[in-house]
Amino acid sequence: MAERERRGTPPFGGVFVARSEVMSADEMQRALWRMAHEIVERNHGTAEVVLIGLQTGGVPIAARLADALEKIESVRPHAGSLDVAFHRDDIGLRPVLPEEPTDIRSDLTGKTVVLVDDVLFTGRTVRAALDALQDFGRPRAVQLAVIVDRGHRELPIRADFVGKNLPTRRDEAVNVTENGVELGEVTK
Amino acid sequence: MSIPEASIARADRHLLQIEDLGRDGIEEVLRTATSFHEVNQRAIPKVPALRGKTVAMLFYENSTRTRVSFETAAKRLSADTMSIAVSASSVAKGESLRDTAQTIEAMGIDAVVVRHSSAGAPHLISKWLDASVINAGDGRHAHPTQALLDCFTVQQRLGPLDGKRIAIVGDIKHSRVARSNVAAFTALGAEVTLVAPRTLMPVAAHSWNAEVSHDIDAVLPKMDVVYLLRIQQERMSEALLPSLREYTLMFGLTTERLAKMADHTLVMHPGPMNRGVEIAGHIPELDRSVMVQQVQNGVSVRMAVLYLLLGSGVDLGAGSVPASTAPDENATAEVAP
Amino acid sequence: MTLLLRGGTVPGDTVFEGAAFERTVTGTTETQLADVLVGDDGLIAEIGPDLSAPAGTLELDASGATVAPGLVDLQANLCQPGFEEGETIETGSRAAVLGGYTAVVVMPNTNPAVDSAGVVREVRAYAEKALCHIEVAGAITVGRAGEQLAPIGEMASLGVRIFTDADTGVTNDRLMRRAMEYAAGMDVTLALHADVESLSADGHMNEGEWSSRLGIPGIPAEAEELMVMRDIALCRLTGARVHFQHLSTAASIAMVVAARDQGLPVTFDVTPANFTLTDGACASFDAQFKVSPPLRATVDRDAVRAALHAGSVDAIATNHAPQPAHLKDHPFDLAPAGALGLQTALALVTTQLELDMAQTIELMSTGPARVAGLHDSHGGPLAAGRPANLMVFDPDVAWTVNGAQSASLSRNTPYEGMQLRGQVRHTIVNGRAVVRDAEIQGAVQ
Repeated sequence: MAERERRGTPPFGGVFVARSEVMSADEMQRALWRMAHEIVERNHGTAEVVLIGLQTGGVPIAARLADALEKIESVRPHAGSLDVAFHRDDIGLRPVLPEEPTDIRSDLTGKTVVLVDDVLFTGRTVRAALDALQDFGRPRAVQLAVIVDRGHRELPIRADFVGKNLPTRRDEAVNVTENGVELGEVTK
Repeated sequence: MSIPEASIARADRHLLQIEDLGRDGIEEVLRTATSFHEVNQRAIPKVPALRGKTVAMLFYENSTRTRVSFETAAKRLSADTMSIAVSASSVAKGESLRDTAQTIEAMGIDAVVVRHSSAGAPHLISKWLDASVINAGDGRHAHPTQALLDCFTVQQRLGPLDGKRIAIVGDIKHSRVARSNVAAFTALGAEVTLVAPRTLMPVAAHSWNAEVSHDIDAVLPKMDVVYLLRIQQERMSEALLPSLREYTLMFGLTTERLAKMADHTLVMHPGPMNRGVEIAGHIPELDRSVMVQQVQNGVSVRMAVLYLLLGSGVDLGAGSVPASTAPDENATAEVAP
Repeated sequence: MTLLLRGGTVPGDTVFEGAAFERTVTGTTETQLADVLVGDDGLIAEIGPDLSAPAGTLELDASGATVAPGLVDLQANLCQPGFEEGETIETGSRAAVLGGYTAVVVMPNTNPAVDSAGVVREVRAYAEKALCHIEVAGAITVGRAGEQLAPIGEMASLGVRIFTDADTGVTNDRLMRRAMEYAAGMDVTLALHADVESLSADGHMNEGEWSSRLGIPGIPAEAEELMVMRDIALCRLTGARVHFQHLSTAASIAMVVAARDQGLPVTFDVTPANFTLTDGACASFDAQFKVSPPLRATVDRDAVRAALHAGSVDAIATNHAPQPAHLKDHPFDLAPAGALGLQTALALVTTQLELDMAQTIELMSTGPARVAGLHDSHGGPLAAGRPANLMVFDPDVAWTVNGAQSASLSRNTPYEGMQLRGQVRHTIVNGRAVVRDAEIQGAVQ
């Protein structure tokens, strides 16, 4: 069974059914622009900034942020991707499989790492990412950029750059694609 | 290899033989190994994935190389390791495998890596243990992690194995590596040719899923991979070969034979090598020889196997569904369909 | 005490005789209903429909069941003396009578081997506790070592009729010739295990496609066939009476059948393992499937079945070989060979073969009784005046093989968990009901 199919089948995965649109494609693009400006402002430029997208949802977002930052600063920031599977705290409780190998090419010591993900929910993915980052050096600072912060944090984690704050119920689901953000639910 | 009748036990918590994995299972391992390969490039090649788990080494046959590879793999997953001391002489009746298995069970070990000179010993142990059993070589029967790391290495250098032509040369009759490799390579779509003198070709080789040849010079130019097996001194005393020199003359990978191979053809060997016998002394240092990569990849592949059996919650058996647990409220990332 | 088996079906060659009617042989292969009355002298007194019995007769219900001559096993390893952990003659006899056997030929592969008059007497003493007749076989060579002839003459004078080195062949050609020449003059049978050790030495299962892919060293069919060939030639040379034990390959069977057709005094038996299982079963690496001779390829298994159905086989023997559990719990190449057989043989025949009652009786009772020289007291046909060695058999009762419940001291069966059809209801040994309603009753005096 392909790993993707395996994760997609009940009782863990399922099919996302959209109920409403939260952000259109244009709204998302504007939010990305604003976040990119905020990153530049907060870090006084992007010279020491490294964007790291979290597999899988954060990777395309990181790419778009890198595009935006390149237009603003005329220099493309370093970027990479991080698969946190092996650092998750629910290994053994559900099928946890890596998506793609981590791709971080430079030593992160002294850099400002901006972790990028599509949705911030319980905070456990980010915790795993912080854990994983330790193997790549000692960053000067780690910041977090997400398109949607949907609440329900289970750990003391907060985002530095947020596209949209979206109050949700626990049983709802948020889906971020290149066409925008939808709110709905996952049916088994 | 084609299965004449009946089925062999399927993988659930164990890795006993390649045949239990099927193509899907093998690809799962290779995919996961790619991620561990990256982990192994890091300055700190360690992840906490199997923290709290214990992996025991039960090696009835000496093997520093394989044992260290498994221990390294376990440690890089943050598992604890232990080595259960058994001497080769305890293979004799009197100290039964069952007693050792019960000791292991009592200690709450999560996985046992077993190497034994008897075919089927890991299968026997798996009947008595809740722990996962990983076969690190049983008699002449199987060496599944070797086959997996060999597939990974070929794929790394030449891409997918579909349609690739692989020759396995040497003492195939007595080789567990050959048996597992034929199963793994063919499962991934490669075409395998067995090359050996008639006395070292297995009985009923025609029933294996491979071509059979006794003429290495005819086979070499067409191959993408040449996989050499070690020729052991014991074979002389069993009247299977007149001399090592004769073997080298007729089947050894000499400099002359090297020249007839295509430029891209890889040379592989499970080690340890008998330089000057099955392989000319200088060949292992050439760029096309990937023995060092095989050893390196061994750690990544064994990490993948340990992780998939112990941590991932995924069932490696071919065509099976994942082990189910209660829905987890700690779900983080949204699930994309 | 007199005993009456009421309402059973008897074989077609049964001789009807009784107070109410004259002796008639039915002469048909069809079966029919009849009662069997056994006298307190241990002999069959009357056979016929609706018999009346004297007061005090023990009446056993045989309705719906077959009443047949008790089975005779030509080869059972009962481990005593020397290996009593696996089995004793008494416990083996319990398994035997539950399986419908009234006579068992025990192998001399004990410790000490049965290679002298003294050990023959010792084993016969143990046999007094047995529930069925125990026929002691003697060894051909001293210690079964294949070097020196055992005192066959002296053992024969004690009444030993079968000589075998049990699970080893006689390797030395000259010695085998001498043994046959010596034995040819006596009224004895040499029962031979055909195995050329130099070909089979390292092997643990049949050599073929399965051993090749499992990486287990194999025993080629030729290891059996070569010795069969030799022993047929020596039989032709010497005129000795030879019985080939547990033939397992198509070629072996063909050779012996051809020799027998040419008039040579040769017979052979096959074991249930070789007509029910094949070498593919070893793929589980479970040593329960390690037997000697090994489970062979499908084509050989099919040849054995074909020979059975064609009527060319002289007997089915169990080669019952108990092994203590802790010995079988070893990797395949380290475990000893052997499987239990006495309690499952008849049911395997009923479940897996298409034989009628007459054929089954010939293969499992009359045929082996003849080979063992026991046909005066065992085997068919049923007739008044013959010793009452009988078994009553329910051909349709289903049961599941459970090693833990076997009457044997050991548990090693390759049929664990298998559903079989056919169960022994009663077993009568020398007129005494030792098994009633599928349960052991007690020792024979």
